[in-house]
Amino acid sequence: MNESIGVVFLVGAIGLSLLGIAGIVLSNHLFRMVLALAIAEAGANLLLILAGYRWDAVPPIVDAAYAGQPMVDPVPQAMVLTAIVIGVGVQALALSLVIRIRHRYGTLDMRQARHRMQQDIDRAAGVSPPRSAEGPVGERPLPAPAAIADSGGRHD
Amino acid sequence: MRSLVTLLFLGGLGFLLTVIAGILPFGDPPMLVGNTIQQTAADELGAANFVTAVVLGYRGLDTLGELSILFAAATAGGLILGASRARPGHAAGFILQTGADLLFPLLLIVGLFIVMHGHVTPGGGFQGGVILAAAFFLPLLARPEETLDHTWLTVIEGLSGTAFIVIGLVALSENKAFLTPLFDKGTLGEIVSGGSLPLLYLAVGLKVGSELASLLARLASDDEAAS
Repeated sequence: MNESIGVVFLVGAIGLSLLGIAGIVLSNHLFRMVLALAIAEAGANLLLILAGYRWDAVPPIVDAAYAGQPMVDPVPQAMVLTAIVIGVGVQALALSLVIRIRHRYGTLDMRQARHRMQQDIDRAAGVSPPRSAEGPVGERPLPAPAAIADSGGRHD
Repeated sequence: MRSLVTLLFLGGLGFLLTVIAGILPFGDPPMLVGNTIQQTAADELGAANFVTAVVLGYRGLDTLGELSILFAAATAGGLILGASRARPGHAAGFILQTGADLLFPLLLIVGLFIVMHGHVTPGGGFQGGVILAAAFFLPLLARPEETLDHTWLTVIEGLSGTAFIVIGLVALSENKAFLTPLFDKGTLGEIVSGGSLPLLYLAVGLKVGSELASLLARLASDDEAAS
């Protein structure tokens, strides 16, 4: 019974972190990426807390009612306490960046925003947009109109 | 292609974490630091809450670094978003306005209580600071035309950050390590105990509260301006 509860906790924590990382990499929506970051953080924090868990233990606070009983490990809890606050700061920073991108480019889709950002950069630098690697390097001389008509007639 | 690589990476990471979790005995942590701290923290620091003893006593320098990370994040957020403006918006409904008026003093009291009792009960500067930030953000939601005074917030934030460092430096001047708890330890479990830990947590609470309040105000005002 106890073992199965531990397995459920651990699978939940690991699954949350994996889900969060998958969301960060696979999603193209900027706000969903921020949310996925929060989920990954929750999973990592849960994993840390579980590392300090002890069966039938009380919180790491001295209390006369629980004198003599074993306590859970306070070190992972202190680490998670600071990690949560740092996570809030990072999420607020990410959200403010997302708000700026939404103002500037009018979209939260990462590919569209990247495309428009590239256009902006090119315009500011005064260069033409980059071509694809397989495209022709220079201007290809157009065939004379007569040749087109000629070939078109032959294929008919 | 990208999703395939990602799935491969996630599978490997999940396998690694599962194996590590399988090796470690669940519910019986093999770490010795925690046990030692549980045996010595009450005598060494006089804080009933051992998490507080770790955060401010044994790892005070890390907490200072963590505060500076939060400070950097808040400063960068302010830099990106700019100063918060008064939002010409429609006023909030009756329920939100009355609720904000009623909750503001209660949230202040609860926040300060949690900050000041961080060394004897669950809670502390970080948690209480977030509640304080919520207390100052709630009236802003109810009355969109008002703004927070960022000058005062910056002053509070700077003073509390300086207080944290000064308390650490005082210990240094007494030939102890940086951020060694000062003063008498007092009785375990009393409010006036733990030496300088409550003072440190008060500084942390004010700093976290003012930083988060200014960040929330900036995010809210900018969001309103966009729509």
